[in-house]
Amino acid sequence: MARLIRTEKEVEGRYEEVWLVVEEDALQQWPAGAREIVGQPALRVDGSERARGEAIFTADLRLNGMLHTAVLRSPYASAVVKRIDVAPALALPGVHAALGVDEIPQLASECNYEGSAVAAVCADTLAQARTALAAIVVEWEIREPLLDPDEAVRRGQFVDGGDPRLRERGDYEQGLAEADVVVTGEFRTAPVLHNSMETHQAVVQWVGETVEVHISTQYIWGIRDAVASELELPPDKVRVICHYMGGGFGSKNEPDDYTFIAAELAKRTGRPVKCALTRREDNVNAGNRNATIQRLTIGAKADGTLTALGGDFVNAVGWSGWSSSTEGPMQMLYTCPNVKTTTYGAQLNQPPMKAFRAPGFVEGTFGLEALLDQLAAKLDLDPLELRRKNYADHDAADSRPFSGKKLMECYRRAEPHWERREEVRARSTDTIKRGVGMASQIWYGGGGPPSYAWIRVGSDGRATVVTAMQDIGTGTKTAMAQIAAEELGIPLAHVTVSIGDSARGPYGAISAGSSTTPSMGPAVRAAAADAKRQIIEIAAQRYHLEERVLDLKGGQVVSADGNLSTSLAEVVGLLEDAQILGKGARGPNPTGMQVLTFGVQVAEVAVDIETGEVWVDRIAAVHDVGRVINPLGASSQIEGGIIQGVGHTLSEERLHDPRTGRILTTGLDAYKLPTIADVPEIISELVDEPDEHLTNLGSKGLGEPPIIPTAAAIANAIRDATGAEVRRLPITRAEMLRALREQQERAASERPKEKVGAPAGS
Amino acid sequence: MPETKLNINDHVYELHSPVGTTLAEALRDELTLTGTKIACGEGHCGACTVLVDGVPTLSCITLAHSVDGARVTTIEGLRDHPMIASFVRSDALQCGFCTPGQIVSAVALVEASAAPTSDEIKHAVAGNLCRCGAYPKIEEAIRTWQD
Repeated sequence: MARLIRTEKEVEGRYEEVWLVVEEDALQQWPAGAREIVGQPALRVDGSERARGEAIFTADLRLNGMLHTAVLRSPYASAVVKRIDVAPALALPGVHAALGVDEIPQLASECNYEGSAVAAVCADTLAQARTALAAIVVEWEIREPLLDPDEAVRRGQFVDGGDPRLRERGDYEQGLAEADVVVTGEFRTAPVLHNSMETHQAVVQWVGETVEVHISTQYIWGIRDAVASELELPPDKVRVICHYMGGGFGSKNEPDDYTFIAAELAKRTGRPVKCALTRREDNVNAGNRNATIQRLTIGAKADGTLTALGGDFVNAVGWSGWSSSTEGPMQMLYTCPNVKTTTYGAQLNQPPMKAFRAPGFVEGTFGLEALLDQLAAKLDLDPLELRRKNYADHDAADSRPFSGKKLMECYRRAEPHWERREEVRARSTDTIKRGVGMASQIWYGGGGPPSYAWIRVGSDGRATVVTAMQDIGTGTKTAMAQIAAEELGIPLAHVTVSIGDSARGPYGAISAGSSTTPSMGPAVRAAAADAKRQIIEIAAQRYHLEERVLDLKGGQVVSADGNLSTSLAEVVGLLEDAQILGKGARGPNPTGMQVLTFGVQVAEVAVDIETGEVWVDRIAAVHDVGRVINPLGASSQIEGGIIQGVGHTLSEERLHDPRTGRILTTGLDAYKLPTIADVPEIISELVDEPDEHLTNLGSKGLGEPPIIPTAAAIANAIRDATGAEVRRLPITRAEMLRALREQQERAASERPKEKVGAPAGS
Repeated sequence: MPETKLNINDHVYELHSPVGTTLAEALRDELTLTGTKIACGEGHCGACTVLVDGVPTLSCITLAHSVDGARVTTIEGLRDHPMIASFVRSDALQCGFCTPGQIVSAVALVEASAAPTSDEIKHAVAGNLCRCGAYPKIEEAIRTWQD
C-alpha cells in the first residue's frame, strides 16, 4: 500500500525535507553470500553493442532534416554585451535560424563567466553554423573579474545558499585546550574537469505538441521536469530519451543551455536540432570539480584520542552552483566530541561547478586524512591504529546509528597491504624513496525512493524489465538483469532490460550519488517478485497444489516435496499471448538511521627526490557497500574511481590566466588525463555483507566511494617515503619539490634540539 | 568537386564531402558509419582511431581526400574480430564511447604481434583515453584476446 511520509532526502551529500509517497517493501533480504546469479560475476548485458560500435549515443543520432548548432560564448570572465547583431549570420549559406541575447533566458547579455552563452546559429552543417557564428557582430564591455576565493569571502560574495555554513558540536575551544598536541595545515585542491568522452549534447525535435529531447544525461526524469518547467509544458509533453551515454561523472544531471538552445531553434525551424558542445566548450562550460582551500586543525591526546577537529573551508564555486560538503569527512569520519567547521561558497567570475564524483568529499578527505597522518607522525603512532582508535560506531554528527558499517572489517582486510610498508621502504635508493600510505573513506550511497520497475513475462518464460532509467556506463542495466533473473529463478540470458525513454516505463532514479543500484535494484526485485507470485498462482491452479509449497528455481517450477519439477516455459506456455505483468517500487530507507558507505585504500608510491616525480605503484582498496550484485562490474568501478583519483592527485588541473580568468587547459593536450601507462597495480576487495536494514537487497552504491580516499592515501604514502608534507592537489613536481625543501628546512631547524628517544613502536 | 575513392571495410565508396572534410566526418556524416567516435576532434584522445592501410590513424585530424585510394578499416569492419569478444569478456569497457577506438588500436597491435607484452600493450593504446578508467581490463582484454 502506498504511504505518505515526511522524510529527509539526500543527493550528493545535500539534504532536503520532502514529502514522499512510498510503498512498503514486504520482501525479506536474501541470506548473505553469493547466489545463483546475484553476487556472481556477470558480463555487461550491453557490452557487445557498445564494443561493436552499434550503440547509438546522442552524438551518433542523425534524424531526418537535422540541423547543427554553434553557440557564441563569452570569451571574457566578466563582460556585458552592449550590442549584438545576428543578422549577418542569417544571410549566410545553410543557415536556418539564429538567436541573440535575451531571446531565451539561457542567452543573457550579462556574462559573469567565460563560456556564458550569448547567441546561437543553426545550419544544415556544423561547418556552416560555425562560419555563420563568426559573422555575428558583438560589442563587449569588459569588466574586471573576481577570481580570488579568499577575496570573495572577504567581500561576502557567496553563491545562492553558499552563505557561511557553520556546523558545530561540543565545545571546540575546550577540545583544543584539552589536547596534548595540535596540528594545523592549509590544503588546496585545484579545479578538475569531468571530460566525459561524449561531450554534453542534445538533439531536440517537436512532434505535435510534444518536445522530444535526446540527450546524453544521467537523469532522464530530471531533464523531463526541468524542460517542462522552463518551457511551461505539462511534463508528459516532454519525452526524454537516452539509450546510451558516454560518461557523466556528475556533470550531466541537468539540461543546461545547449538543450534549451536546441529546443528553441527546433521550434523556430520545425526541424530536429542538435546542439553539441565541442571538447573545448565542454572543458570551459560543462562543469568542474571546484577548487577548495582548507585551513584545518586537529587536537589530540598523547594516545591519539581526538579532542578537537576544526576547519575553515572555502569552496571556489564559480558564478553559480552549490557549496559542496567539503567539511563532510571532518564532521563524519571519526568520533570526536568537539568539531567546528565553517564552509564558504565563494562566488567568482568562473564557470559554474557541477557535481563531480563525491563532490566535497574527495577534496575534504585529502585535507583531513593528510593532516591526520601529520598527527600520527607527531605522536609516533601507527596511522592505521590512530584511525581505529577514533572509530565512530554511530553517526557522530547527530547520534543516529548506522544502518550498517563494516569499516573495521575493511581495516582488517587492509592489514596485509599495510604490512608491506617495511619491505616497500627498504626498496628505496638514495634518490628514489618509497613508502606506503592509507586513508579512510566515508560517503553516502544508500539511494532512496521513489523508483519503479515493471516486468513482463511472456509465454516463452523470458522476462523483460521495463524502467525509464539510464545506464551511464556503470553497468546498472546488467545489475538489474541479474536481480530480476535471481528472483525469477531464470538464466540471466533470459532477461532483457529496456531503459532510456521517459515515454516507455516508470520513473527511474538519477544516476548520481552512488544511488542507482540501491534505488532501482529493490524496485526491480519487487517487480520480479510480483511476477513470480502470479506465476505461482497459475502453477498452483494448473497442478492443484498450494501456492505456499511452490517456488521458481533454475528455470523450473518446483514443489517443496520435490514431486513437481516442471519447466517455467511449460507453465507460462499456457499463457499464449497473455502476459504476466509485475510491478515494483523502492521502499523507504530505515527510519532514524544513517545509511553510509565506507572503505580504506592503501597506496604505495615512489618519489624521485631530485626531480619531484611521483609514481603510484600499487593501490589496494577495500570498501563496504553492502551486498555486491556483480563483482566483475564492481571491480571495474573501483578501478575506474581509483584511476580518476590518481589523475586528480598527480596530473589533472584546470589552469586559468590569473589576470583575465581565461581558462587555459581547454584541450586534451593541455589537460592531462591519466592514460593506460599511468595506471598502478590495483587490488580491489569488497566486504560484501548485506546492510541488514536497507531495502530488500541490502546493497549500496559504489560509483563514488573508490575515488574518495585515493589522493589522501597517495599523499600519506609520499610522507611515509620522504617525510615531506604535500599541501595541494595536484601534486605536481613543483609541489613535490617545495614539500621536500620545506621538510629539509624543518629537519635542519629541529636537528639541534632533537633528542634521541626510543625507536618507534612499529 | 573532386571525388575521393576509399575502400572501407572491403567496400569501395566514392565520397562527395567537400575538400577539408575529415575522414571521421566523412565516415560518420556522409556514410553514417557512427561506430567511429569523435571525442575531442583534435587528435588528442584516440576515440576516432581507424586503420588506414593497416596503420592506426586519428581520423578526426586526417583529411578524407588525403587518403584517396586507401584501405580503411573501422570498427564496423572488425565486428567479427575476436578482440571484441575479449573486451566484453574482460569487462574492458564502461560507457563504451572510447571503446571502438581502443579496439581498433588493439587489433593493429595484435596483427603485428599476436602475443604482446604488457609494455607493448601500454605503448600501443596509450593514445586512447578512457575517462571511465577501464585501463586494467583493456590491458587484460588485449593480453587474452586469443583465449
